[in-house]
Amino acid sequence: MKGQLILIPGRSAKQGVGLNKGKLKDEYQKVTTTLEVSFEDAARMGLETGDHVKISNNIGETNVTVKALREGKIPEGYAFIPYGPPSSCLFDGETCGTGMPASKGMTIDVEFIKKGEKKKTKLPPRTAAG
Amino acid sequence: MSAVSKDNTIVNEKIVENATCTFCGCCCDDITLTVDMDKKVVTKAKDACVLGKSWFLNHVIEDKPIARIAGKEVPLDDAIDEAAKILIEAKFPILYGMSDTICEAQRQCAPIMDDCLGTIDTTTSVCHGPSGMAFQGVGEPSMTLGEVKNRADFVMYWGGNPAEAHPRHFARYAVTPEGMFTPNGKDDRTVVICDVRHTKTAGVADIFLQVKPGKDFELLWMLRAACKGVEIPDNCKEICGIDKETVTDLFEKMKNCTYGVIFFGMGLTMSRGRHFNSGALMALATDLNEFTHFVAKPARGHGNVTGADNVVAWQTGYPFGVNFSRGHPRFNPGEFTTVDTLTRGEADAALIIASDPVANFPKPAIDHITSEKCKLISIDTKNTPTSEAAHVSIQTSTYGINTGGTVYRMDDVPISLRPAFDSPFPSDLEVLTKLRKKVNKLAKKLNRPYATKKYI
Repeated sequence: MKGQLILIPGRSAKQGVGLNKGKLKDEYQKVTTTLEVSFEDAARMGLETGDHVKISNNIGETNVTVKALREGKIPEGYAFIPYGPPSSCLFDGETCGTGMPASKGMTIDVEFIKKGEKKKTKLPPRTAAG
Repeated sequence: MSAVSKDNTIVNEKIVENATCTFCGCCCDDITLTVDMDKKVVTKAKDACVLGKSWFLNHVIEDKPIARIAGKEVPLDDAIDEAAKILIEAKFPILYGMSDTICEAQRQCAPIMDDCLGTIDTTTSVCHGPSGMAFQGVGEPSMTLGEVKNRADFVMYWGGNPAEAHPRHFARYAVTPEGMFTPNGKDDRTVVICDVRHTKTAGVADIFLQVKPGKDFELLWMLRAACKGVEIPDNCKEICGIDKETVTDLFEKMKNCTYGVIFFGMGLTMSRGRHFNSGALMALATDLNEFTHFVAKPARGHGNVTGADNVVAWQTGYPFGVNFSRGHPRFNPGEFTTVDTLTRGEADAALIIASDPVANFPKPAIDHITSEKCKLISIDTKNTPTSEAAHVSIQTSTYGINTGGTVYRMDDVPISLRPAFDSPFPSDLEVLTKLRKKVNKLAKKLNRPYATKKYI
């Protein structure tokens, strides 16, 4: 159960709330280690919400938990993770003369580690509108 | 003021009207805080969004030392002396952050680095730094959020997710408020969202455009060409993921509105193309002024990151990435920006103010800043991975909750803060003023030629 995705880290409201509670606390750690992928990619790689995977590139690697999203929420082939230490360890320091590292759009390898401990959340039925 | 709590005990309560939330760049200054003055906590934050509520309600006075050196508690003055010694003795000291503190504290920073012949950089360099570079290339068709509220009938968000990052942006400034020339709120506006993901923001859109990742520049350039009379190409969908008819319709709506605005986020500045993406967007907004009134603005993130850029710009002439090693300010992103100076292993001392590079920077930069090659000094209000890794760590009080001062909203409008209650921790202004004096004294001892320069 392996695959490649393009990672788009970004902000989320839960990450902002967790940040205010404290970056060293569980809530922030949990939010920033949740990898959102499309339902199609999860199915292709045999992954379900709650599964633990290793994501890596030529810069670093980190372990995260998968969350499969409904159709249309994220394009197939892409993954989203809230900003935080896990996403940072995959950023390259090269800024192409701008000061800004390429923090969105890096290719990552996704490798299954183990099944999630919690009961899987069933995805809502698909509708024509997605 | 006293009040009776639910369990019938008298609570020493204080109400703070029109308090400012400094969590994000919206800097909403209409929050009503209820403060339990005995426990020193905010118990209610009326009108705040989910982020604002968590900002105010999770603020507690922590039981921890004001200053530490190598993990050991020390008096504040000792920590300041040690920090000044590290900075003045360093060969390539850097100062980074400043986005979560008041302008009055930010003013102390450039003089410190000038005396140390060091480099000053704000969190802008890993946020809208590329937009800052683009401003210098193509200009900024600017406005205030008040103008947007009262006039804008075409509102677009590009590469950002304000529903999660700036939750009150819609209700307070751009989408639903009833303005002077938009009396029916959202009914008088066309709201367009352009993003690679179908985010929560997409829910408010009249038109949602799911652009192919990394193809924003192509779409922007097509729209720019359309302004000059060039037809949208037939293979538009193949290029950017959106069909020709939709892009043509979008262009017509842009052209025919009365007052158009595009807010853009880090979807543009952090992806391939960086400042070219921001530049293309601002050039498009400028081009659209051939047809109507059109403006653009970056949706800035942290509370006072806009203030940091303004303060550093008025003191040095440049907004971020400024180096003083030759005795005068030089600006060069890529050379003097913090990710670069750390990744290349150049910085041997780092003063980090109100920010957390150890959590947010690329791995090679984190590896260097946490190594023995770089002495790390942290001034922050909370425990963070950076404050925990620092050799000298100083805890300060929180701006907007414990201390007053001035912040700049994302549209460069200055706002005065109304603090809720005191803190036992010193303010950033107090710590940085002391550090500035100490560094200056050491610089004069070393006969540094610019140590007598006057700063505004």
